[in-house]
Amino acid sequence: MSEDKFDYEELGLMMGLEIHQQLDSQTKLFCRCPNSLTDKQPEGRLERRLRPTQSELGEIDRAAYEESQRNLQFIYETYNHHTCLVEADEEPPAPLNQEAVDISIILASLMNMKVVDEFHTMRKQVIDGSNTSGFQRTGILATDGYIETKYGNVTIETLGLEEDAARRIGEENGKIIFRLDRLGIPLAEITTSPDMHHPLQVKAVAYQLGQILRSTRVKRGLGTIRQDLNISIKEGARIEVKGVQDLDLMPTIVENEVERQLNLIEIAKLLDDRDAVVEEEIHDVTGLVENSQSKVVQSTLSEEDSAVLAIVLRGFDGIIGKEVQPGRRLGTEFSEHGKKMGVKGLFHTDELPAYGIIQEEVDDIKKELNLDKNDAFILVSGNRNKAYNALQEVIKRAKQSLVGVPEETRRALDNGNTEYLRPLPTASRMYVETDIPTEIIDKERVEKIASNLPELPVVKKERIQESYGLSDDLAKQLVDENNADLFEEVQKELPNMEAVKIASDIAYTIKDLRRDGYDISKLTKDVLVEIFSLVDNNTIAAAETEVVLKDACNGIKPDDSVKRNNLEKLSDDVIEEGIKEIIKDNEDMILERKMGAMGPLMGKAMAKFKGKADGKTVSSIIQKEIMNLTG
Amino acid sequence: MVYEGYIRDFLEFSDISIGDTIKIEKDNITHKGMLLEKPDYSNENTLIIKLNSGYNIGVDIKDAKIEKITSGEKPNIKLDPVDKQISSDKDNLSILSTGGTVASVIDYKTGAVHPAFTADDLLRATPELVDYANISAKAIFNILSENMNPDYWIETANSVYDEINNGADGVIIAHGTDTMHYTASALSFMLDTPVPVILTGAQRSSDRPSSDAFTNLMASVTAAKSDIAEVCICMHSSEDDPTCHLHRGNRARKMHTSRRDTFTSINMNPLAQINNNKINIVDDEVGYIKRNTSKLEINDNISKKVALVKMYPGINPELIDVYVDKGYEGLVIEGTGLGHCSDEVITSISRATSENIPVVMTSQCIFGRTNMNVYSSGRRLLHENVISVNDMIPETAYTKLSWAAAQSDDVDEIYSIMQSNLKGEMNTTLSQRYFIKN
Repeated sequence: MSEDKFDYEELGLMMGLEIHQQLDSQTKLFCRCPNSLTDKQPEGRLERRLRPTQSELGEIDRAAYEESQRNLQFIYETYNHHTCLVEADEEPPAPLNQEAVDISIILASLMNMKVVDEFHTMRKQVIDGSNTSGFQRTGILATDGYIETKYGNVTIETLGLEEDAARRIGEENGKIIFRLDRLGIPLAEITTSPDMHHPLQVKAVAYQLGQILRSTRVKRGLGTIRQDLNISIKEGARIEVKGVQDLDLMPTIVENEVERQLNLIEIAKLLDDRDAVVEEEIHDVTGLVENSQSKVVQSTLSEEDSAVLAIVLRGFDGIIGKEVQPGRRLGTEFSEHGKKMGVKGLFHTDELPAYGIIQEEVDDIKKELNLDKNDAFILVSGNRNKAYNALQEVIKRAKQSLVGVPEETRRALDNGNTEYLRPLPTASRMYVETDIPTEIIDKERVEKIASNLPELPVVKKERIQESYGLSDDLAKQLVDENNADLFEEVQKELPNMEAVKIASDIAYTIKDLRRDGYDISKLTKDVLVEIFSLVDNNTIAAAETEVVLKDACNGIKPDDSVKRNNLEKLSDDVIEEGIKEIIKDNEDMILERKMGAMGPLMGKAMAKFKGKADGKTVSSIIQKEIMNLTG
Repeated sequence: MVYEGYIRDFLEFSDISIGDTIKIEKDNITHKGMLLEKPDYSNENTLIIKLNSGYNIGVDIKDAKIEKITSGEKPNIKLDPVDKQISSDKDNLSILSTGGTVASVIDYKTGAVHPAFTADDLLRATPELVDYANISAKAIFNILSENMNPDYWIETANSVYDEINNGADGVIIAHGTDTMHYTASALSFMLDTPVPVILTGAQRSSDRPSSDAFTNLMASVTAAKSDIAEVCICMHSSEDDPTCHLHRGNRARKMHTSRRDTFTSINMNPLAQINNNKINIVDDEVGYIKRNTSKLEINDNISKKVALVKMYPGINPELIDVYVDKGYEGLVIEGTGLGHCSDEVITSISRATSENIPVVMTSQCIFGRTNMNVYSSGRRLLHENVISVNDMIPETAYTKLSWAAAQSDDVDEIYSIMQSNLKGEMNTTLSQRYFIKN
């Protein structure tokens, strides 16, 4: 994007980021189960229902209410030991994980934030089934920070510490299946102010936040970080885009969202000019299409309690088919809202006749519904209740199109577009988690952590590259794979050892071993120090470490590995003896070529010692012997 | 909790009260939010505010500048009246609440959770109930179930009596789970009922979307409309939501501190299983008292001087002596194994029985029957006029003896009551199936 598609300043573009990052503590946030996902087959199943609780003022949270309308029931997959009664919502939570609090304090300090004096765990109501309890436990750990960027400082409003949700696995007979291994993994939630104004800036800030996160104990890999983007323009509305995986896609998402909002604003003006009206009555037109050749209509009408229902949108003709984002129309948005109620899809006049519905049927419906030239209708075919609820949602969305852009939560799609997910959550879904005592965070704890902060990855890379004479790639590999600390710890124990050897074994050799299926978790710092000391004290040749590393992955001690593979270097005496034999056999050549015999003699000697003699030692002995012989 | 010490004085002086929106400035940072009450474990110098985002945070007021922005509005709660949809086609059910929160509402503004006490509150929280019955709900008292005692049993029994007398086709009692089985058991002896009396509760409080209260309450409505005219406990049958078990009230026990399916029938199967408003008898061989076969009667005499004493290695026999010295009217021993206690304790028990205090043996094994003929210590206890009460669970033996001790002064008569099967509380034969084995 060398040239901006829109004048973002003129449009009043405002963006904020919300980043969720899994922390790499030993155990989960509110129970002491392993903080990891598992590939094992689940060992148990739970069948549960959730319902929204009513507030005193009779208000149920908007998003929660819509979810409950879908009358969802849930299946949870459990494990005998990888998950426990806490994830199953069968036991009150264990106390807050202090390691996760410490990691969060590190993050807060790196972002110049003020850690709260007391952390209060809250219940945030979420009844989409992703939390067995019907709420997510969450709290604010720090506020009011900033990070410096080349676009100026970006304010970090809050740092939250919360539990991750259960993993959605699939659906079975209308029930959503979740797996409980992910539920309860600690998450840091970083929220910036909406004070970013250019699509490229938001990408740069996301990258920089990623660097900060990766400087401490956070999980790495797919799904361990989730980025949400808040986008609004002056005449539009705030849209929260969930699940942006690819940083490079961020600018495109922003551009497409701005385009969408501009188109929706344009549509609202058009509709206003036409005095468009969304009628609330839902008509049953089953009779008009019951003999239709449309496969969709046929297959839904063959089921019990099914119907084809319609609504009238006065003045909408030609507008439902208008594109709002590349390849997505206003009708797509209506359809997304309807589908949340469990119907497969809807038809609108701008696309009909199509899908087996013929012009005659369209005309019949238009006649029945008293449609004028400028009017449109929307059809939904399916279970009567679901179709009715779906059209209620479409009516709501269609009414919003008269006004402009509705505030909502949308899901990022791989092509840079977004689709409707749910309404924006309101603040009303919070209340106190009474099962977790207030966590008092004293100043000394914060100060101690703040005075010992980790380096940012870029800084660390440059430093180790410089001070150990590593190549650019080697230093980058160590930092990216989170192995720089390990390298430095091992190196510190063996200060005379060649640092590049240690670094390249850790960065490359061990990485290859992991790829080949070796259990590299056995290669702890102590084991590595033991292995590299073998090189350092001349027991084995540097080239032989790979064999010893492989053996160590299989639980074989380095000393035993040296023995079983016969790796030990020959002693200087043995080498000298062997060289003397070679010298004797080649006396004529040596007398003739003097030092020129070095090369051929080296070759013979190294072949004889089969790599178990150090080249330097061999060469110095040969040199000495030649001198002796030639005087 | 309330704020104390100089914080309280400061708030009073500044005319700031709970619910006001305040501004706290500290270290160049400004927090704005609504002042909340102080939770437990909070530091004494800390103010708790609810931010606009809904989150609560605590701010230490040291070096802070605090300013009131707006006064909190008194919540003007105007709730629409509930349409109870009274119809002669539906059964009349009474729901009596004894405390705990089988239904509750959350004030998201402050984050406070309020139990739903009035009938309207309850119906507003669980509006689907009116589809199945004409519901009349009352809060008879508000206590935690660990604070239950025989006086409350009497009050509950009388409330149930009044409801049935006034035409209830079934009564549901919302009760904390900790001692629900004691109350159920006591009611089973105090009341003869022509209609179902169902105790229910929740292991997950009703302010949570995942609360078991809703399923339990709905299943209890089904149970209360059923043919089973006994005092029963209706709670989850497994960790899954849809299904509940209906336990005979004097045969069930809380067996897990936290799981939904905590209640288990001991030495029998549950009477019925309830799933989606349908009730199925679990074992046709097990009988129950059918609707309208008993005449409504209440006998609420109950002794408050009966004790339940657990035997354990090293127990000091003086613990028994204390009860005798204090004039207790009955002792239930939770013995070891088949119904045993140490030689030392037998001496004290012997003193109790010789002073005409009935002593009843149960087992801390929970499952199975006591049998004091097998080992010598059992035979000695029998000799000392201690009686076995078959497979009755200790909690039921305790409530039954409390009731029996108030029916007569004569030990033999009390023993006779204890050994008679009055309300299905004991069995003569035990099926091999009646045991928990995972």
